[in-house]
Amino acid sequence: MELRLKRVSARHPAAHAAAAPALDALDLAVASGEQIAIIGPSGAGKTTLLHLLACALQPSSGHVEIDGRDPWRLARRELRRLRGELFLAPQVPPLPPRQRVVTAVLAGRLPRIGLGHSLRSLFYPTAIGQADAALARFDVADKLFARVDRLSGGERQRVGLARALVAQPRLLLVDEPLSALDPSRAAQAVKSLVEGARGSGATLLTTLHDVPIALRNFPRIIGLRDGALMFDLPSAEVTPARLEALYAQKLEELQGVGAFDEPPAAKPAPVIMQCR
Amino acid sequence: MAAAVFPSPPQRRDPAWWGRVFWLLAGAVLIWPLLVLSEFKPWVLLAPDSLTPALRFLADFFPPRMDAPFLLMVAQETWRTVAIATAGLALALVLAAPLAILSVRVLSLSGMAGRMAAGPAAVRYAVRGLLVVLRSVPELIWALVFVRVVGLGVTAGVLAIALTYAGMLGKVYAEILESGDAHATISLMRNGAGRLQAFFYGLLPQNAAELTSYTVYRWECAIRSSAVLGFVGAGGLGQLMDSSMKMFNGSEVSTMLLVFVALVAATDRMSAALRKALG
Repeated sequence: MELRLKRVSARHPAAHAAAAPALDALDLAVASGEQIAIIGPSGAGKTTLLHLLACALQPSSGHVEIDGRDPWRLARRELRRLRGELFLAPQVPPLPPRQRVVTAVLAGRLPRIGLGHSLRSLFYPTAIGQADAALARFDVADKLFARVDRLSGGERQRVGLARALVAQPRLLLVDEPLSALDPSRAAQAVKSLVEGARGSGATLLTTLHDVPIALRNFPRIIGLRDGALMFDLPSAEVTPARLEALYAQKLEELQGVGAFDEPPAAKPAPVIMQCR
Repeated sequence: MAAAVFPSPPQRRDPAWWGRVFWLLAGAVLIWPLLVLSEFKPWVLLAPDSLTPALRFLADFFPPRMDAPFLLMVAQETWRTVAIATAGLALALVLAAPLAILSVRVLSLSGMAGRMAAGPAAVRYAVRGLLVVLRSVPELIWALVFVRVVGLGVTAGVLAIALTYAGMLGKVYAEILESGDAHATISLMRNGAGRLQAFFYGLLPQNAAELTSYTVYRWECAIRSSAVLGFVGAGGLGQLMDSSMKMFNGSEVSTMLLVFVALVAATDRMSAALRKALG
C-alpha cells in the first residue's frame, strides 16, 4: 500500500486538549512494499504514527492518504474494507485469555471470511494448517491447541505476530514486536516478519526499541522524537552521531537495548559503538 | 530512639471520632421518622393473640409431611417449577442476547475513532430504554396480566419470567461486556472484522465465565420467582404451596420449603462447576 502524510498533527484520544500533540505537522511518504523501522525514545509518537496509518486515529489536522484516498472521507463500508486490508499489531497482544491459540491466530483472517464461515471455524477450525504454518515461523507451533492464558508473555507476543501473518494484509503495522522476547527469539521474529511481508508484497512499518536489530533488518529508518521527524534515511546513513542526537538525554534507552544485543566488550565500550 | 519513632505522646485522640458520632446520630434522627411513617412495629409480633396462632403454625412445620402420594405430587410440581424457570429463562435469553449486543458501546465501529455516529447512538439509547421498560414491571404483574390473557397455568408463568428476565439479563450482560477488557475486541474491529465477528472472537471469550455464572444465578432466581408466580395461579410448586398455606398445613409447607433449599443448593453447585470448567 502507498502511504502519504501531509502536515499531519494528532493527539492521543485521552489527552488533554491543551496538551502538546503527540505528532506535530509530520510529512511522510511510503511507497508500496517498503519495509521501514520507526525508532526513537519513548513518548516520541511512534505508536500514534502507527495508529494514524491504521485509520485507528483521526488526525487533528493535515491529510492522511492511503493508496491516494483519504480514509476519513470514505463511506463507512469502504473504510471497513480498507481496515480489512491492513493489520495493526498492538504492543500488548490482543488475545482473550480463555481463547485457544488456534482460534486466536485464525481470527486474523476474519475480514476475509464471512460471518457464517467464522462461526463454523469456531465450531471446528477451518484452516488449522494455515495457523500451524504461521506459528511455526515464530517457533510456537507446539502451542497450537493450548489456551492463551497458559502461555508466557513471549509466547503470547509471538502468537500475536503469527496472527498478523495469517491476516495476509497489504499494509502491516507492528508496534514493538520484540518487547517480551529474548535476543535470539527477537532476531528470528523480525526475520519472519520481514520475510512474510516480502513474500506477500505487503508494506511493513515496525516501531522498535532495539536499534541494532532495526538497522540490521530494515532498509529505511525513521527517527521520531517529541512528535517530529528527526531523520528519514536509508539504514546505511544512520550514523552513531544521529542516533546520539535522537536519544539525547535519554541515552539509557539506546544503551540498554544495545548492550542487550551484543555481548559486552571486556572494557566498557562507548554507547554508540554498540549500535552497529 | 523511641522518641524519634513516636515524636508525640502515644495517647492522642482520633480526630475522626466526633465526625463518626455526628453521622451516627444524624442517621438515627433521619431514620426514626421513616420507621414511624411506615408503621414499623415489630413488637406486634410478640403480642399474645398473634403469637399463639403463629407458633401453632410453625409447630406444624415439624415433622414435614413425607407420605408417598404427597411426595409424588411434590416431585411432579417441582419438575413443573424447574421447567417454568428453565423455559422462561431460555426465552429471556433469546430476547436478551441480541438486545445486549445492540446496546454495547464497545461494539460500535464508528465509536472506535472519535464520537459514535448519531444513528447508532440513538439505537443504543432506544434499546436501553426498552430494557428498562421490560424489567421495571415486576414478573408478578406480568403473570397477573398473562393469567387473564392465556388463562391459569404454566404458560402465564413462563411468559412473565421471560419478559422481566429479558430486561434484567440484557442490562447486566451489557454491563459485563462493557466492564471487561475491550482490547481484544477493538483490535479485531480496527483490523476490519465485523461487529458480530468481533463479538464471537473477542468479546464473548473474554467474558464467557462471568456471563455463565450470572445466567446460572438468574436461573436460580427464576426458580424462586416461579414459586411466587404459582400463588397467582401460574402453576408449579407455588400453587401447591398456596393451597397448603390457605389450609394452615405447616407440615406440607415445610416439605416444600426443604425442596426449595435443595434446588437452590443444587444450582449453587452447578454454577461453581460451570465456572471451574470455563476457568
